[in-house]
Amino acid sequence: MHARKSFVSIAGLSRKDILHLITMAAEAEREPNRKILDGRIVATLFFEPSTRTRLSFETAANRLGAKVIGFSDPKVTSSTKGETLNDTIRMVSNYADVIVMRHYLEGAALYASEIADKPVINAGDGAHQHPTQTMLDLYSIYKTQGTLDDLDICLVGDLKYGRTVHSLIQALRHFSPRFHFVAPRELAMPEVYKQQLTEWGIPFEEHTELDAQAIGSADILYMTRVQRERFQDLAEYEKVKNLYVLRASMLSAARNNMKILHPLPRVNEIAYDVDDTPFAYYFKQAENGLYMREAIICDVLGIKL
Amino acid sequence: MTKTSNQELLVAAIKDGTVIDHIPSSRIFEVVGLLGLQGLGSAVVVGCNLESGQMGKKSIIKVADKFFSPEEVDRLSVVAPGATLSIIRDYNVVEKHQVKLPAVLRGIVRCDNPVCVTNNEPMPSRFHVVSPSKVRCHYCEHEQELSKVQIQG
Ligand SMILES: [Zn+2]
Repeated sequence: MHARKSFVSIAGLSRKDILHLITMAAEAEREPNRKILDGRIVATLFFEPSTRTRLSFETAANRLGAKVIGFSDPKVTSSTKGETLNDTIRMVSNYADVIVMRHYLEGAALYASEIADKPVINAGDGAHQHPTQTMLDLYSIYKTQGTLDDLDICLVGDLKYGRTVHSLIQALRHFSPRFHFVAPRELAMPEVYKQQLTEWGIPFEEHTELDAQAIGSADILYMTRVQRERFQDLAEYEKVKNLYVLRASMLSAARNNMKILHPLPRVNEIAYDVDDTPFAYYFKQAENGLYMREAIICDVLGIKL
Repeated sequence: MTKTSNQELLVAAIKDGTVIDHIPSSRIFEVVGLLGLQGLGSAVVVGCNLESGQMGKKSIIKVADKFFSPEEVDRLSVVAPGATLSIIRDYNVVEKHQVKLPAVLRGIVRCDNPVCVTNNEPMPSRFHVVSPSKVRCHYCEHEQELSKVQIQG
């Protein structure tokens, strides 16, 4: 059996692995169109719809010259006829050279990577992991700050359920960050992550207000959605919903190098007047996802850019 | 003295087989279930709520003509971590050891996360023992208290 290298979780990545992928992504960005995957097939299996992520992966595969097969709507596939994930993965790994998979079950990508004899890339497994999102966040931070080391990272919004912020913390632990958490009490960073940070010796502060002090102390302002359905007490939601909306007028104290990131799509947490400020980076961030996904597809196939 | 001989009466000696001792009484029927003892053809003697100096009340199971596989002993270690196994040959204890929780549990514990892949696919679960009282799912990474786990069917 040939060596295969799946990409299913952020947890196992070292500082070196992360920096290696960032270098590869920068190279992909320098020349996005290259036919190095000519004759190869990338399968995109979306057991749960996510148009944004699927388009990003398929564009990456196409720009590398690969052909794409797969499905974007599980209703038309046999998974509704009761076929197991096991059978689907075995079948597809006979056809494709790489499997990109999004699934609503937690741990599905890791399981698929154990069954498939081709590399599996996790494009999201329920509320568990979405490691390519984390890598594109890291690439965006690196590009805008010129480094990942010693940065002030301010995470805003839903820090309780937001898997992107949890993965980001895990990945950034290798780079001596200082974290600032801004969240309503109901959606505060869970104890378990705070304990981990303490064990790693990484400093963090907690705030309940998105104010000039929080904004002014950040190199990166990472915004997330505060969703109504996350609140047990809707009165509490009504009280806090406007506290976590970022407006251009709030940015006067921002550092010059500060950039605003958001995993998108946004609802109302970033006002449109922020888009025209030099701090807005979220659209570029989404574009960076393309280069990072080119890098990850190549990396799991053992190709160096 | 009287107490001991009463207990010996209750739980008769076996010629060849295995004695599982020091099982918490609250989990005795779980042990019977997870080792599939009700389906065995040979004699099985279950003694419940026997006096024990160390653990207050203990329970004991004697199974004739049965020697447990390492996999079965691993299952036992999850519900009765302090149990001891005695192998009996010709009425003599030829081997005795305490069951030990392995580092990895395969196909034993059911994940308590309903959207974990292991609860939705025909596959064995896999857990890492992270402390003497806690296990973590290999797939979804949810942690559970060992004392509260359910056994995968
Ligand atoms: Zn699980």
